[in-house]
Amino acid sequence: MTDVVDPSSPDPASTQPASTQPASTQPASSRAGTGHAITTPGVDFHDRTANAVANPVLQQALHNLDRRLRTAGTAAAAHPEWKDRAAAIRRETLLDLDGWLDRLDRTLTARGVHVHRASTPEDARRIIVDLARACGARTVVKSKSMATEEIDLGNALEDAGLTSVETDLGEYIVQLAGERPSHMITPAIHKTLPQIRDVLAREAGTDLAVDREALTAWARERLRGEFLRADIGITGVNFAAADTGTLVLVTNEGNGRFCTTLPRVHIAVMPVEKVIPRLADVGFLLPLLTTHATGQALSNYVTMISGPRRAGETDGPDELHVVFLDNRRRTLLGTKYEEMLACIRCGACLNVCPVYRNVSGHAYDSVYSGPMGKVLTPLLSGGAEGADLPYGSTLCHACSDACPVKIPLGDMILALRADVPDAHTSERRRRRLFWSLFARAWSTPRGYRITTALGRVSRGRVPGLRAWTATRELPRPAREPFRDRWAKEHPGERP
Amino acid sequence: MPKVALFVTCVADQVFPDTAAATVRVLEAAGVDVVFPALQTCCGQPAITAGEPEAAARLADHHLDVFGALDAGEIDAIVAPSGSCTAMVCHHYPTLMTERRAEADALARRTFELTQYLVDVLGVSDIGSRLDTTVTVHDACHGLRNLGVGPGARILLEAAGATLVEMHEPDTCCGFGGVFSFGFPEVSTRLADAKLGHAASTSARYLVSGDLACLMHLDGRRRKIGPATAPEPIHIADLLASGLPVQP
Repeated sequence: MTDVVDPSSPDPASTQPASTQPASTQPASSRAGTGHAITTPGVDFHDRTANAVANPVLQQALHNLDRRLRTAGTAAAAHPEWKDRAAAIRRETLLDLDGWLDRLDRTLTARGVHVHRASTPEDARRIIVDLARACGARTVVKSKSMATEEIDLGNALEDAGLTSVETDLGEYIVQLAGERPSHMITPAIHKTLPQIRDVLAREAGTDLAVDREALTAWARERLRGEFLRADIGITGVNFAAADTGTLVLVTNEGNGRFCTTLPRVHIAVMPVEKVIPRLADVGFLLPLLTTHATGQALSNYVTMISGPRRAGETDGPDELHVVFLDNRRRTLLGTKYEEMLACIRCGACLNVCPVYRNVSGHAYDSVYSGPMGKVLTPLLSGGAEGADLPYGSTLCHACSDACPVKIPLGDMILALRADVPDAHTSERRRRRLFWSLFARAWSTPRGYRITTALGRVSRGRVPGLRAWTATRELPRPAREPFRDRWAKEHPGERP
Repeated sequence: MPKVALFVTCVADQVFPDTAAATVRVLEAAGVDVVFPALQTCCGQPAITAGEPEAAARLADHHLDVFGALDAGEIDAIVAPSGSCTAMVCHHYPTLMTERRAEADALARRTFELTQYLVDVLGVSDIGSRLDTTVTVHDACHGLRNLGVGPGARILLEAAGATLVEMHEPDTCCGFGGVFSFGFPEVSTRLADAKLGHAASTSARYLVSGDLACLMHLDGRRRKIGPATAPEPIHIADLLASGLPVQP
């Protein structure tokens, strides 16, 4: 659903005089293991946020697009009652996720769709690579999908000797740059127009103008050939209706429709929580998704797929495969994090997040960024990835407010600080000891009185404040606490 | 005459006692009798945001012992000059204190942030304060989103005669975030700069908020870069109290 160069709305980046924009791309560092370059390298989340804030080109890109990202939330805020209904539909699904998945499996199968179940990313990659080999495929076109990012499918296909091309323009740009998306709706939002020109010009082998129309036209021409050549189209799924076996796909560029109609084989990767009970629910969830994602009442393209091409039909693939991807999602059922599975991947929480808006997606160094990424990344990796992400939040709860399906993201981020299993680190042990002693002292009036008196004597000069005082003054404790003043003014009052 | 217990908060008690005293004056000006439970310490919010719910629960236990013991027939409400500390009690205690859930729920029902109590509960807007000045308001996050604190601060300020000039994004975080301001100082400071910049664009004399933590952060940044760069951060209780008639 990328619209990084959506012709319907002027891109603020393009209104900047080209000469003021540094034309060179920022040095990108490759992350060990995945082969993705990230524009904001660093040893941990804090380090990467500091680098993001200090990166003037990134800040220019974010500044230009900040206002547009915020527009989406404003448009959606006009319909608070939609949220109640959508939240109820999503929770109804989670009450019996396995039941709805079984039903979807049956209705899809009845329509001639092949259903595969992958419990891990490895399973999903193997299933898809095997399917590609079985049909003798050499080239793949992909429509933007966070699920395929999650299983790192692009690299798996390349490793298996296939050529895989992203066809969403923003996604195509980050693929050519060797990066991963920095925003789930607008993947190349971290790039300025001159940077995008550089990426596309390198691929074109010729110079291209810093002009959004010209760059889009070049990419459109190039991708048209890829669509016609491809053996397989791979997409995600926005919603899958269990009652009818209908896959719903939302795009703004029409690339999703090319991917699902031109190639011989269509493979859809569907995280298990994408199932919804009824096709009629799409009427509610779809406008909710698009208003929160881009501020559009409806995306430019909505594709509803009900099986492969049947006899007598002219369009559509010979084979349609759907891969149900679990990847620890079902382990969240029945836990305090279950509601995270209600997420419809609209990006609203990213757009309102004060941290995300200042650091962009690569600082998270994970597939999912922003508030939902802070929750989902540690949960889907069992704490192996993104354990420090929940700390990088001001806990302002703007995400909880923005969420169209009412996921309490702020509360989950807070809870994860305690629940992410990194308790073995010495830092965590020291922290636990400090707060345990703090609570012990301050849970009695006497302990509170003694420790605060020590604080006054030291005039607030306690170690560990440098991170604050380097950029901000810190007030010192008052000479007389309020309680002493009150006691003087109210003699004889019982404590 | 309504009677409230002041939940002073540890920050006001130890660092900003003048704001605590101003809170008492504002409540009294609104016709409220104020008592101060002297055994109170800290609600536990710093511990829970640090990711230590057990330590937070220990402090919450003490807070619940002190304030839960107040006779509901005698004390009408518990009021704090902080949306954030009030949110700790109202939003977090019920899920944090599973073994004392009913007590925590009862405490949450009678604990209020200052402007919420004055405007929403008492229905007061004019407390007799007179302010001939311009103000812009920062909506502190926890009051706004955890408690649903509405336009109470603006209503009180305008009733006192202050001229309100809204800033861009008054409801965007100031960047404090407790442990966040230590762990992520670059982003934290950048958010403070953005907030101060938006406030400065209004040319208001004061940047008003209902949360001392936000104000401590914003004022700390303002003093570092030069006090002339932005309106003076001030707690709403301090500003309202400054416009009250001088006490005999």
